[in-house]
Amino acid sequence: MLAANGWFLDNAWLIPLIPAIGFAVIILFGKRLPMQGSEVGLATMAASLVIAAGTAFQWMQRVDEATGEEEAAGPIRYLAGMGRSLTVAAEGEGGFVEPVIRSWTWWESGGFEFGIGQHIDGLAVMALLLVAFISLLVQIFSLEYVRGDRRYTHFFAALTLFSAGMLVMVLAENMVQLLLGWEIMGLCSFMLIGHWWEEEDNARAALKAFLTVRVGDIGLLVGIAVLYFSANPWTQENLGVSGFSIRGLSAWALSGEASSTVLLWGSVALFIACIGKSGQFPLHTWLPDAMAGPTPVSSLLHSSTMVVAGVFLVARLYPVFWEGFSIPDVSVNFIVVIAAITIVISALLAFVQTDIKKVLAYSTVSQLGYMMLGLGAGAWLPAVFHIFTHAFFKCCLFLCAGSVSHSGSHHSFDMKRDMGGLAKKMPITAGAWIVSTLALAGVFPLSGFFSKDEIIDNVGHNGYEVFMYVALFGAFLTAGYMARATYLTFFGEPRGAAAGERHEEHADLHAPAYAMAGAHGDDAGLPDTAPTEDDPADPVLHGADATPGAAREVGDPDDAVVDTQDHHDSHASPHESGKLILVPVCILAFLALVSGFTNAVPFGEEWEDFKKYVEPIPAEVEAAPAESGTEPEPEAGAATSAGIVMARSDTRVEGSASDETQAARGESAAADEPASSEGCGFTDPAAGTVCYFPAVDHAEFKWSKAAQSLVIVAVGLVASWLICIQLYTKRNRRLVGLTERSTLAGGVYRFLWNKYYLDHLYEKVIVHGVAHPIARAAYWVNQRVIDGAVNGAGLTGKVVGRWVYRNIDQRVVDGAVNASGLVSSETGHALQPIQSGKVNQYGALLFAAAAVFAIVLVIANA
Amino acid sequence: MIALLAQDGAELPDVNVAVNVSFYAIAAVMLFAAIRVVSTRNIVHAALWLVIVLSGMAAQYLLASAEFVAVSQVLVYVGAVMVLFLFGIMLTRAQIGAEGNLNNRNWPLGIPVALLLAGVMGWAIIDFFSDDTLPEPNSGASTQAISDQILSPYLAPFLAVTFVLLAAAIGAIVLARKD
Amino acid sequence: MLAVNFFLLAAVLFCIGVYGVIARRNAVLVLMSVELILNAVNLNLLGFSLYNAESGNVNIDGHVFALFIIAIAAAEVGVGLAMVMLVYRNRRSIALDELSEMRG
Repeated sequence: MLAANGWFLDNAWLIPLIPAIGFAVIILFGKRLPMQGSEVGLATMAASLVIAAGTAFQWMQRVDEATGEEEAAGPIRYLAGMGRSLTVAAEGEGGFVEPVIRSWTWWESGGFEFGIGQHIDGLAVMALLLVAFISLLVQIFSLEYVRGDRRYTHFFAALTLFSAGMLVMVLAENMVQLLLGWEIMGLCSFMLIGHWWEEEDNARAALKAFLTVRVGDIGLLVGIAVLYFSANPWTQENLGVSGFSIRGLSAWALSGEASSTVLLWGSVALFIACIGKSGQFPLHTWLPDAMAGPTPVSSLLHSSTMVVAGVFLVARLYPVFWEGFSIPDVSVNFIVVIAAITIVISALLAFVQTDIKKVLAYSTVSQLGYMMLGLGAGAWLPAVFHIFTHAFFKCCLFLCAGSVSHSGSHHSFDMKRDMGGLAKKMPITAGAWIVSTLALAGVFPLSGFFSKDEIIDNVGHNGYEVFMYVALFGAFLTAGYMARATYLTFFGEPRGAAAGERHEEHADLHAPAYAMAGAHGDDAGLPDTAPTEDDPADPVLHGADATPGAAREVGDPDDAVVDTQDHHDSHASPHESGKLILVPVCILAFLALVSGFTNAVPFGEEWEDFKKYVEPIPAEVEAAPAESGTEPEPEAGAATSAGIVMARSDTRVEGSASDETQAARGESAAADEPASSEGCGFTDPAAGTVCYFPAVDHAEFKWSKAAQSLVIVAVGLVASWLICIQLYTKRNRRLVGLTERSTLAGGVYRFLWNKYYLDHLYEKVIVHGVAHPIARAAYWVNQRVIDGAVNGAGLTGKVVGRWVYRNIDQRVVDGAVNASGLVSSETGHALQPIQSGKVNQYGALLFAAAAVFAIVLVIANA
Repeated sequence: MIALLAQDGAELPDVNVAVNVSFYAIAAVMLFAAIRVVSTRNIVHAALWLVIVLSGMAAQYLLASAEFVAVSQVLVYVGAVMVLFLFGIMLTRAQIGAEGNLNNRNWPLGIPVALLLAGVMGWAIIDFFSDDTLPEPNSGASTQAISDQILSPYLAPFLAVTFVLLAAAIGAIVLARKD
Repeated sequence: MLAVNFFLLAAVLFCIGVYGVIARRNAVLVLMSVELILNAVNLNLLGFSLYNAESGNVNIDGHVFALFIIAIAAAEVGVGLAMVMLVYRNRRSIALDELSEMRG
């Protein structure tokens, strides 16, 4: 029996609303406030977080009650101890936990009704909590990091708006609202990447990000429309909701009455949007360039929250993808292919970066690939859990990078030029970084292991073996490039700014965000490489041990993006950052350490809290008419009365293949048809019931399988570390300059350096190929057609005017005028002889006239 | 006399032969003289021919039983006006004898005009009067009757005419003064 | 006598006078032609007074009219000749076709 929804659950819509109001306040009043608006941002995010926490708490209560747990306080129980007795599912307690859905009509037009509301279920609660939490931490970080910036207030405004947008998207009740949040995020991303838009490269990067994601957004619109028109009749009839509603779409997809073609193409279209937003191949090119934005932006948007929006979308509408791509039935599908490619290519690219943020960016792309891989292979929960854990350690990594640049490398992000040996100077940062790196790599018992390993395991288990091996390879690479980055940043000899040297210009320089120019090898640290004309500081500054930094790679394409901060740090030598920076870093590092235990599959089901609260139960639910604006009454809620057939495909319990355990709830007297052997997502639901979530499979954890990935990761870490030592410190003659000596290595290097020439393809070939002819055509139209028309009109006017002038004005009009004058004068001339002055003539005229008159009279009177 | 004329074969017993004959004779003379007035080359001759015309006119007045008018005609026209004309001729003649052409250039224009006029009027007269005859008056117009008319109904015109004559006389003097 | 006699005669004399006015060059001759015209009119008048005789008496108005005309004609000739003389004095010529300065 579900209790009445708690206040937090009912009012979860406040969570995005408060930051939205905060945004407005900051924009309008921020500059006048004592902390220039940042206090409003912090306050709103904190309020949001509080409500999100309350919502989570009440949700967990709700789940507990639905699964028959007597104890109420979920989080308290959780915190008190990891172990608890979970009633075995075979007993039959547990059913679909109805999400708290409220919606209001936003506007109606032409028969369409667009609603706005909230859809609170486990996934939404997790994401709300995550976004609010991370946003708050990043804002605290920004207090120190962005201090003195030229657009401090707007920065916080944009951050707050972004959070509001993502929160809107996360709790969206329908696809249109999701789209709204999606677009707000895209806008904020643009604003924030281009925060220092005075430098052209930043503006270009922002535009590139926006437009690339835009390309994907076409898919979103198409997908929403396609799904709507297909689903609407069914959802209206069965559930009384529109074809936009997420609940409706999920049910429709699993109902068996949806056309598989529509589902396929809808899924493809939606996934294209995810490709754009979540940086999958081939639309991943914007993410590394997005590092042009300030580090808080990178850590918030482009690692933990915004880029997972695509993953979130797939997870949200999972039934659509499940049915559309026939995930359980095939061993290769669109999602996994793209994801696998993404994992590998971005991991490879991370090896050749000198900018620490770019390494992390490629790492993000790669990890997003993991999440997509998981989702595409039917491993829903591991993927979602990976969102959760990845947010912590990736955000922590970025904040550490920010900390390093802020206090260690004098605002430079170039690992080769300005970092090195910072572990001694910045121990806390280094420690947090290392913890997060190990988490990212997937080392036991940090969080990454529990999430990534589960993905790999489940991918293999669900029949996608090939991709499992790809994922393992990716794990190897991940370990490798992270070790390299760690080494270059924190170990070895200090170089450049890390060594306390200052480059006068580079505080204001901004290297190009990307360039096509090739470069010398990244290990061309030979001192005899001549400095070029753009040598910002005299080479004397670079001592003998600053060789990597002294080599001025000509037009270094991926040169360090320098935070062009508006204040100059007066400190010359690296030091640890202040508390405002370190506290978020440490919190996140701690979470990176322990968050894995919320779903520690190896330790048994009682450790799988995350799964319990987040994964929807694939039960057939009686179709209830739509409740708009009201909470589902417990009695009317289909979850409780009239029999819910619970089908849990928890193979862990049975220890065998996925048999559903069927049971009816204790109090349900009505006999319902038992679900089919497969359950939701495999067979159609029984008449009168709908499914909201497919029965995903969970692989059984085996240490032998886990050991596989652990070993691979360990090998990767060690191998990379050793190579780094040899290359960078010991300067092993065989390795140094390898890419210059060997054509193969050099070729590979150059291929990677140019990012597989994808940017070249997109910009020079596709865009130019399309835009150039279009531009030329437009120019032609403008010159020939439009100007031609205008000129033609003018010319016609001229010719007509001239003709009219000559013929009508001169001849006709003037002719008439002249003629009248002529007539008058000629008449006068003609009549002139009459007045001759001669009396005789006058007399003659007189008498003649008299005679004529007399004749007339006579005749008249005759 | 009437009986005599009637015996000559006149069908109309009341035709006054003597009057008719005299009329026709005088008319012929007058016509000839009038034509000579407008066609002669000598001005003085023209004046003299005019005298004949005027005299003939007086005779016609007598035939029309207008004795007073006839006498006035002779007195005024022939006696004063013609003298006046002759004086005028005398005073405005550049040379004696030589005249040059007394007709102007457009003199042919006058013929059709005159003929036209004559035709119209003649036709009108003949058409109107046809064979009417003038009655024979019992007596001529008595002077008393004339004076009665002049001094009573036509007193105003009479006085006007006196003024006109006065003005004409003064005007002529003023015009012709030599200073 | 026939009524038409007087009137025809008067008409013919009138027309001769008209011809004279038109054709003659000398101003005095023109005045003479005018006299002809006036006399013709006189004759006309007297003819009509005879024609309209009632009960044996002529209509005396015609006679009175004719007398007036005679008087006026006399005055007119006087003034006219005075003018002719003035013109002659100034222009040394009274040929009307030379005195045409008042032309348009």
